[in-house]
Amino acid sequence: MIEKILRGKPAYWMWLAFLGSFIAIGAACYARQYLFGLGLTGMSRDVSWGLYISQFTFLVGVAAGGVMLVLPYYVHNYKVFGKITILGEFLAIAAIVMCMLFIMADLGQPLRAVNVILHPTPHSMLFWDMCVLIGYLSLNILCGWVILTAERKGVHPPRWIYFFVYLSIPFAVSIHTVTAMLYCGLPGRHFWLSAIIAPRFLASAFAAGPALIVIACLVLKRVANFDAGKQAMDKLVTIIMYAAMLNTFFVLLEVFVGYYSNIPGHKHSIEYLFFGLEHHGHVYNNLVPFMWTSVVLNFSALGLFSLPYVRRKNEFLLGLSCVMIFLALWIDKGLGFVFAGFVPSPLHEIVEYIPTLNELGITIGVWATGFFILTVLYKIVVGVEHEIES
Amino acid sequence: MDKQRRNFLKIASVTALAGIGAPALVRLTSTAAVASEHVAAAGHAPAKEKAGAHGEAAPKGVRLGMVIDMRRFVENPRLLNNAIAACNLVHNIPQIDNSKSEIKWLWKAPFTSVFPEQSAYHAAGNVENTSFAVLCNHCDDPPCVRACPTQATFKIPGNGIIAMDYHRCIGCRFCMAACPYGARSFNWEDPRPYIKKYNPDFPTRMRGVVEKCNFCGERLALGQEPACVEACKGTGAMVFGDLNDPKSEIRRLLDKEFTIQRNASLGTKPSVFYIV
Repeated sequence: MIEKILRGKPAYWMWLAFLGSFIAIGAACYARQYLFGLGLTGMSRDVSWGLYISQFTFLVGVAAGGVMLVLPYYVHNYKVFGKITILGEFLAIAAIVMCMLFIMADLGQPLRAVNVILHPTPHSMLFWDMCVLIGYLSLNILCGWVILTAERKGVHPPRWIYFFVYLSIPFAVSIHTVTAMLYCGLPGRHFWLSAIIAPRFLASAFAAGPALIVIACLVLKRVANFDAGKQAMDKLVTIIMYAAMLNTFFVLLEVFVGYYSNIPGHKHSIEYLFFGLEHHGHVYNNLVPFMWTSVVLNFSALGLFSLPYVRRKNEFLLGLSCVMIFLALWIDKGLGFVFAGFVPSPLHEIVEYIPTLNELGITIGVWATGFFILTVLYKIVVGVEHEIES
Repeated sequence: MDKQRRNFLKIASVTALAGIGAPALVRLTSTAAVASEHVAAAGHAPAKEKAGAHGEAAPKGVRLGMVIDMRRFVENPRLLNNAIAACNLVHNIPQIDNSKSEIKWLWKAPFTSVFPEQSAYHAAGNVENTSFAVLCNHCDDPPCVRACPTQATFKIPGNGIIAMDYHRCIGCRFCMAACPYGARSFNWEDPRPYIKKYNPDFPTRMRGVVEKCNFCGERLALGQEPACVEACKGTGAMVFGDLNDPKSEIRRLLDKEFTIQRNASLGTKPSVFYIV
């Protein structure tokens, strides 16, 4: 099947070259960071995690989102998803590779990463995160490949693979739960110390992942003649809507707890995100425009989704709404959630985090790598699909 | 290699505390680990092994701690600077002049920063205008140790010090997110060019690892007091010793004076106490 990636239209190669140039930029930026140290980033003693960890957190969600296709298709026998379930599995592979690259980019001593395996530490959530991420990546490679091969040969997949397919469902939930536990078990970080973080992560994941798949389906329909089917898209949008609404609900609950209890620690980060936080006469507010953009995008997308015309008739608006909800969730989780957790610092100082150009270069490079892998994997899927049809 | 050094440090500090060839420490910790066991056996200590959520567990072994008497620092404003300078010198701490990348083991901060959970409303003038000494709390239940994925930061069983293995740390900075006291610093770049005066008795660090106060474990092993305590010698501003030994100087002080710990409500059981 792998040979399918080697034959494509000029547009396919141009797209890969486009991504390749960003990968090259990212690699060059990483070389600089590797030689100098993480001092080349905007991170500081007080905001000790930045874009890398926040992208990692968001992308774990995108990876987990694939389960919104696997679960209806394999557990509820929802045949409509038959053609696109593989897209969810392959999206998970690309997303987890990005997660791992972001973790590596964030390590001060990347060559010592194997220490996590050499000195396994069950009381550290990072150890468990590594276990479930590697597990989920392997499961998706295995299931995706075996099922696609069977499809190509026109036979039923072997029975044993279903064990791994079903196993991948709790794994999808676990990767994002354990990622939430990295944050929500830390004493003294009020913004993260909340039992609703894991459910909130899952809700936003189940919206962001499928939104990306809808966008991918719309693109594939135009450029690769791959039609996922109207009914499948319609159902995906329903899933996105429910998940995004749940996420909004959970965020509003956090706001209620903070403001009604009136406990300063519970309010500070929310205040910092949405209104700016005053400290020693200075108002710190560099995330405020982002967060309100996220709010506007979130509610506009939900409004658009609710119109049957957008869901079923107008593919441009459907795609736009999916881009909007994806961006809204990316700002919410891929920026605000991680950065605001460090404000104020344990010594009640406020340090704002602004990523450096070098850091942005690495970040874009990792995203480009992810989309490169995704393109290649989807090329295989489309190729196999066309082979079966002809 | 790594493991051998770790084991050596553990053994060295335990033997030092047990009073073998370490006269200075004998005074600090009197009969060391044995003392608290005697007490427990005699029934003076809390009867139950675990006191539950409302108190600290029954003492077991040696638990090193410190009392910082801010009254002494107010009397002698230069004292804290001396202590900080001594710490910086002994541990080859780089002097990076920018708050983004600075490395701090023992430093100064205002009351509202050190005790943000305490009210400073109409606080006494000496509280408002005093710089407090801040360092790692060497918690009895440390969140940083729980978070570390490689056990590069760990509690030394013999004395309760939260130590770092700079050669094992992968630089993930999970411990920095986990520490509720902001006690940890990360080497964002090579620290060596920023070391003003090099002390060959203590290792310098490389970039990409986390570091913090180690209660001078390396000096204790030689029978010496922590550098900051030594710098305050004779003033009683910093009193160091075994919290589990009822006869130790630190315990006599704790029994006599009202002390506070930084954000004790988090259940971390800090081993550093303040007399405000």
